[in-house]
Amino acid sequence: MKTTVNKQVIIGLISVVLGLLAGALLMLITGNNPFEGYNYLFRGGLMNIERIGNTLATATPLIFTGLSVAFAFKTGLFNIGASGQMLFGGLCATAVGLSFDMPRFILLAAMILAAMIGGGLWALIPGFLKARFNVHEVVATIMMNWISYWVIYYTVPAFFKGEFLETESRNLPAAASLKAPWLTNLFDGSFINYGLFLAVIAVILIEIILNRTILGFELKAAGYNRFSAEYAGMNVNRNIILSMVIAGALAGVGGATFYIGYASNIQIGVLPSLGFDGIAVALLGSNAPYGVFISALFFGILHSGKGFMNAMTSIPPEIGDTIIATIIYFAATSVLIEKGVNAVKAKLSGMKNKEQESVPAEGGR
Amino acid sequence: MEYIVEMENIRKEFPGIVANDNISLGLKKGEILALLGENGAGKSTLMSILFGLYKPDSGQIRVRGSDVSITNPNQANDLGIGMVHQHFKLVHNFTVTENIILGMEPKQGLTLNLRDASKKIKELSEKYRLNVDPDAVIENVSVGMQQRVEILKMLYRDAEVLIFDEPTAVLTPQEIQELIKIMKDLKAEGKSIILITHKLKEIKAAADRCTVIRKGKFIGTVNVAEKTEAEMAEMMVGRKVSFSVDKKEQEPGEKVLELQNLSVMSNHKGILGLRDFSVDVKQGEILGIAGVDGNGQTELVEALTGLRKTESGRILLNGKDISSSTIRERILSGIAHIPEDRQKRGLVLDYSVEENMILEIYNKEPYSKNYILNREAIRKHADKIIKDFDVRTGEGAVTPVRSLSGGNQQKAIVGREVDHNPDLLIAVQPTRGLDVGSIEYIHRRLVEQRDNGKAVLLVSLELDEVLDLSDRIAIINNGELIGMVKASETDEKEVGLMMTGIRKGEQS
Repeated sequence: MKTTVNKQVIIGLISVVLGLLAGALLMLITGNNPFEGYNYLFRGGLMNIERIGNTLATATPLIFTGLSVAFAFKTGLFNIGASGQMLFGGLCATAVGLSFDMPRFILLAAMILAAMIGGGLWALIPGFLKARFNVHEVVATIMMNWISYWVIYYTVPAFFKGEFLETESRNLPAAASLKAPWLTNLFDGSFINYGLFLAVIAVILIEIILNRTILGFELKAAGYNRFSAEYAGMNVNRNIILSMVIAGALAGVGGATFYIGYASNIQIGVLPSLGFDGIAVALLGSNAPYGVFISALFFGILHSGKGFMNAMTSIPPEIGDTIIATIIYFAATSVLIEKGVNAVKAKLSGMKNKEQESVPAEGGR
Repeated sequence: MEYIVEMENIRKEFPGIVANDNISLGLKKGEILALLGENGAGKSTLMSILFGLYKPDSGQIRVRGSDVSITNPNQANDLGIGMVHQHFKLVHNFTVTENIILGMEPKQGLTLNLRDASKKIKELSEKYRLNVDPDAVIENVSVGMQQRVEILKMLYRDAEVLIFDEPTAVLTPQEIQELIKIMKDLKAEGKSIILITHKLKEIKAAADRCTVIRKGKFIGTVNVAEKTEAEMAEMMVGRKVSFSVDKKEQEPGEKVLELQNLSVMSNHKGILGLRDFSVDVKQGEILGIAGVDGNGQTELVEALTGLRKTESGRILLNGKDISSSTIRERILSGIAHIPEDRQKRGLVLDYSVEENMILEIYNKEPYSKNYILNREAIRKHADKIIKDFDVRTGEGAVTPVRSLSGGNQQKAIVGREVDHNPDLLIAVQPTRGLDVGSIEYIHRRLVEQRDNGKAVLLVSLELDEVLDLSDRIAIINNGELIGMVKASETDEKEVGLMMTGIRKGEQS
């Protein structure tokens, strides 16, 4: 178990390094100094307490969408609809926040719960379609993304219209925001909010569910090999639906942390890219909850640092996105990297074997 | 006599394993040479090297006396070397002719000229008495016929050297006899044949010489006429092998499983895979199901275990109708199942051994309590099965199942299922693809279940296995029960004939 975890970490790190190297190459080609570029990129993400706070705030919804995708992956499903689930979860949370006047703690709890239910509901439909009619979840979740997009497009101007703008909802009252003055002050006025704590709890909870409970045992078995799960008497169809709902609920809460934490209102006509970034986060984190946490933080740095890099140098911010894309690319082709690592290992051990020719290699696969 | 193919000191290493360790083999013109070895001994690797699929690390190949380096199958083809693969490579909705010309289509301008090809195929078929209709569509002809199409494919390409990779695995005893005759005809016409197999009876019947390899090493080449089957088996395994299974006579007890007029749909819409099937299995007996692959065994087993719905009829377990119970209810009421495909059904390959050992009982105490898994109890459970069933693992209970050898994967499944202490054990192809040692071991365990008064339903395509282990044998053909015979009162010929659908009274 230990060795496999280490291997995943190594593969992740190699992906990151290769991605950064490719980015450096791009900077060189566009006539810039990559050392300078990276210096500003990382300083932009980590330079001072406020920027660290912003990096954490940027990473928070990514942790949720990453967890959502990773959880579905682990159970054999490809949740490409984290964006739509996020959006709908965010709408539910915003709706509750703008409609009710309750003590802060109860209001926030109700908003988070609404986001969970909203996101879960948005994933329930593709899960049901998959289990009952074998509709591929990729198609169904993409459709749900657009349904979510247009639902927000209609609902927000119709019921929660802002004071000046048609294209976004009213701002949430301070009591209905996940931002807390003490936290904002601690981080010198950054966007950091309670969402981060929710994310940490979610990471731990998902880790426990996946690795310690019979629910996780069942869901993973169905994901790795649904035929043997079926053989063993597990209810595979129920597990597919349940798994999608949990993934959707995670993305839904992620939406809450974004729309009622990082931001204070919800915009129409924007499908948040964080849902898709979640796929990258999950891949780089090799679908393990702790891995997702760390890779989301890393993506947070890149996202919040690229603006600073752009301001200080002539490197376009798109380079930041390109680096992210390249890392995703390498993480996605981790099989190749694994092969490479294995080949190097084999070569090393081969050299060792040649040194002690007398030792016969034992057969048996 | 001169050699047509010589392979000298072939060595091939894969990471962590020497698949071929200086193996030499010589094929004389006009002979049948058997290549004998257990699964994983390196037979396929050696032949893949000859066929240009792998490049040897060292060693020399000579064809018709001159050194060659074969780097791809087309080159092997040009040298007159052809291979009949274990799994046929045919396009199912193409005709025989279309399949044979595939890759070297005779063209006439922009169109295909099928007529000439069809004529040539007919001539070849007559010359070698293969009896193949060039215009038949593959999906409408039998497995034995498909194999002949594969043979024709090589002959059409003027192959002089024919490699048969485990050709009898999919055939009935009668079809095996016919294949051996075909191979002898080919030999008489001057073709040279390499027969890859681990079945000694066929070597005895067909081959002139036999090259034995074991664990990647060359053991020797012998004249088949001068060696007994037992001697060759010893060369293959490296120790004395007992073929017989010790089994005491015993009176079977109560009926455990009773099937009443069971009908089950096949995978093809609207067609019954199992029709009106009625048998029973009693305590303390092994009931064998003999039949050619695809004659309703899968439907039977899946209906029994709950993986497939029954169409009509009843399944009684200890007198209780379970035909509409869920899979889990059936497991709980005492059915254990060693599935046909251990990697598809039997195991979660990405799980460790210990996780696989609780695949059906993870939700029971002590393995979990209040939804939380109890790692300690799970470990203990796995350690016990590993010890009791001699499962060889790299790192004990936490070893990923994927890294276990086929034999040890199977032993783990057998251990898991037997450990459930079932009233009825359904064992499907329990020794497929295993080495002799594991086969002996698993056979002993199945008989032990029977001796302990349990009911065992054995479904196997290996007729020898069914004959050796069973008390009674039910023969299945085209989804119907053809007959029921006592193992002690029948022989391979009778059962083999019934497997083709001829009922007992109809035999002449």
